[in-house]
Amino acid sequence: MNLLSALGALEIGLIFALVGLGVLISFRVLNFPDMTADGSFPLGGAIAAVLLVKEVNPFLATAIAAVISGFAGFVTAWLNVRMKVMQLLAGILVMIALYSINLRVMGGPNVPLINAQTIFTLTQLQGVSLYWSQPIVLSVVLLVITLLVNRFFYSEIGLSMRATGVNPRMAKAQGISTDKLTLLGMTIANALIGLAGALFAQTQGGADISMGIGTIVAGLAAVIIGETLINTRTFWVTTISCVLGAVLYRFFIALALSFDSIGLQAQDLNLVTAVLVATALFLPSLKKKFAARSRANARKKDEK
Amino acid sequence: MKIQNISDISLLATTFNILAFGAAILTSEKSLAFTQDTIKTVSITSIVDHPALAAVQEGIKQELKAAGYEVGKNLKIQAQTAQGNTGTAAQIARKFVGDKTDVIVAISTPSAQAAAVATKNIPIIFSAVADPVAAGLVKSMLAGSGTNISGVADTVAVEKQLEVIKRGAPNAKRIGVIYNPGEANSASFVKTLKAAATPLGYTIITSPAPRSVDVSSSARNLVGKVDLFFASTDSILFTALAALIKVADEAKIPVFAGDTLMVKQGAAFGLGLNYLDIGRQTGRMVVRVLNGEAIGVIAPQISANLDLHVNLTAAKRQGLSLSDSFVKSAKVVEKD
Repeated sequence: MNLLSALGALEIGLIFALVGLGVLISFRVLNFPDMTADGSFPLGGAIAAVLLVKEVNPFLATAIAAVISGFAGFVTAWLNVRMKVMQLLAGILVMIALYSINLRVMGGPNVPLINAQTIFTLTQLQGVSLYWSQPIVLSVVLLVITLLVNRFFYSEIGLSMRATGVNPRMAKAQGISTDKLTLLGMTIANALIGLAGALFAQTQGGADISMGIGTIVAGLAAVIIGETLINTRTFWVTTISCVLGAVLYRFFIALALSFDSIGLQAQDLNLVTAVLVATALFLPSLKKKFAARSRANARKKDEK
Repeated sequence: MKIQNISDISLLATTFNILAFGAAILTSEKSLAFTQDTIKTVSITSIVDHPALAAVQEGIKQELKAAGYEVGKNLKIQAQTAQGNTGTAAQIARKFVGDKTDVIVAISTPSAQAAAVATKNIPIIFSAVADPVAAGLVKSMLAGSGTNISGVADTVAVEKQLEVIKRGAPNAKRIGVIYNPGEANSASFVKTLKAAATPLGYTIITSPAPRSVDVSSSARNLVGKVDLFFASTDSILFTALAALIKVADEAKIPVFAGDTLMVKQGAAFGLGLNYLDIGRQTGRMVVRVLNGEAIGVIAPQISANLDLHVNLTAAKRQGLSLSDSFVKSAKVVEKD
């Protein structure tokens, strides 16, 4: 792995950390397996790209993209809580609907942004290459977003949202409107994913209809690798481990790409990802097993 | 430092001499290293394992070999596929730039765009991109871009295909096209087909198939409304061509293919690009860049060679009788 591919991994990892945080909110906090992400990520990219081509201020364009993507999450949640559509199905329906909507938004499958003004060209300091400035700007974005997410989830409404996911019946009994909080949480989750899509389009030369493929998997990988790295119940630590997980995942990919000498290639990545996520899922139970065994052994010794 | 006497001056002179000598050694070493550093690296990136990708790669290798670049001697070729994942495509582009490769060959639009933002210095040669201008890679197809990007477009000359349709199936006036609206190449193709065919008196009727399972129903939709199916190089259609052929055989509607591989698989006739040729054309451009030509002055090219293939068995099944002169003009004639 060379320096540039490491910086690239950091950059793309930081962008997908936003997806990770979104997935963390839907899958973990709300306990809502949300499939919207594969559609809301390219939606964010599409809206940002179209606005940037029209020379809208990049910061404004990015913000609009995030808000509209958030609305996609709202629709998924609405289908579930109001129309009683199964969670998975609601997400899948919105995801496939977004495919057509994204094509409409972009007026075609691809909007190039190769020479357009983006938030990264605006924030680029003289003499600093984009290879460095993009990860730096993204680190700042991630810092701010992580702080905001934490602030929200430690507020009263955020705590109620966490209660909604953990035990909806108890939450309702406490007078929490679980439906409203699900709608709000899903909106926030998809706004974060759409923001990631908008930033991704701006760093990668344009929006493409195919950019949504594998978004959920990448988000889940971030969450799961993070959980494996730092096993905790404290929410703010979870958000940080999720960011680390996303970056680490991209470093794995960069490593796989530079291992072509031992025969590993990019086309093997899907398998590597699956093995990685499966291992990460398997590890905690393995740890438990070992812990139980050593405890049992200790007890045997005591009995002797 | 103040020079006080002659011995100081001589000391200074000696120092200068040593420095100059050292510099001379350094530069000579540099030039030595430069002459030894003749292993050129060509890095190929593509978004998916396109059926034509292997042919393009092969064509590039053949041309490089013909020009005296051989793998293992003075050439290193690395190829990576992103498996449809644009994030990975971006990482591949970064890796190639970090490797300080001599030329990046980018196959497909998203891979070419990812490479274009990853470097403004390393020459990028795109290949098999349908519309490089719409993709924002170059400003025009007529002149060198002045940037680090040029390449070979696989824009199909629709006019030529329509000519062949006129000769092969003169009675067909309503043409049905099944395509994936999500594929950049297909969307731009349908646009150009409509623009070219309407003035010639053809009616183009499209039916979308975003997934390969949709091809069958999409084809049935067109039965009764069209005289001929135009199977474009759409990758969804490519994988589910058998479904279209089945409908066409049953309804006796001939299939014209925009790709010669499809003729072997059951289209009645087809005029398509030869991807090996595109690879060779790309390879020749790579050689020009490796030999020191500035990429900014090389104008992008459009692949020019189109081959006519005919499948007599399929034509019979689809109720199309091809004239002898037409069959004779084909480069390849498939019979059972």
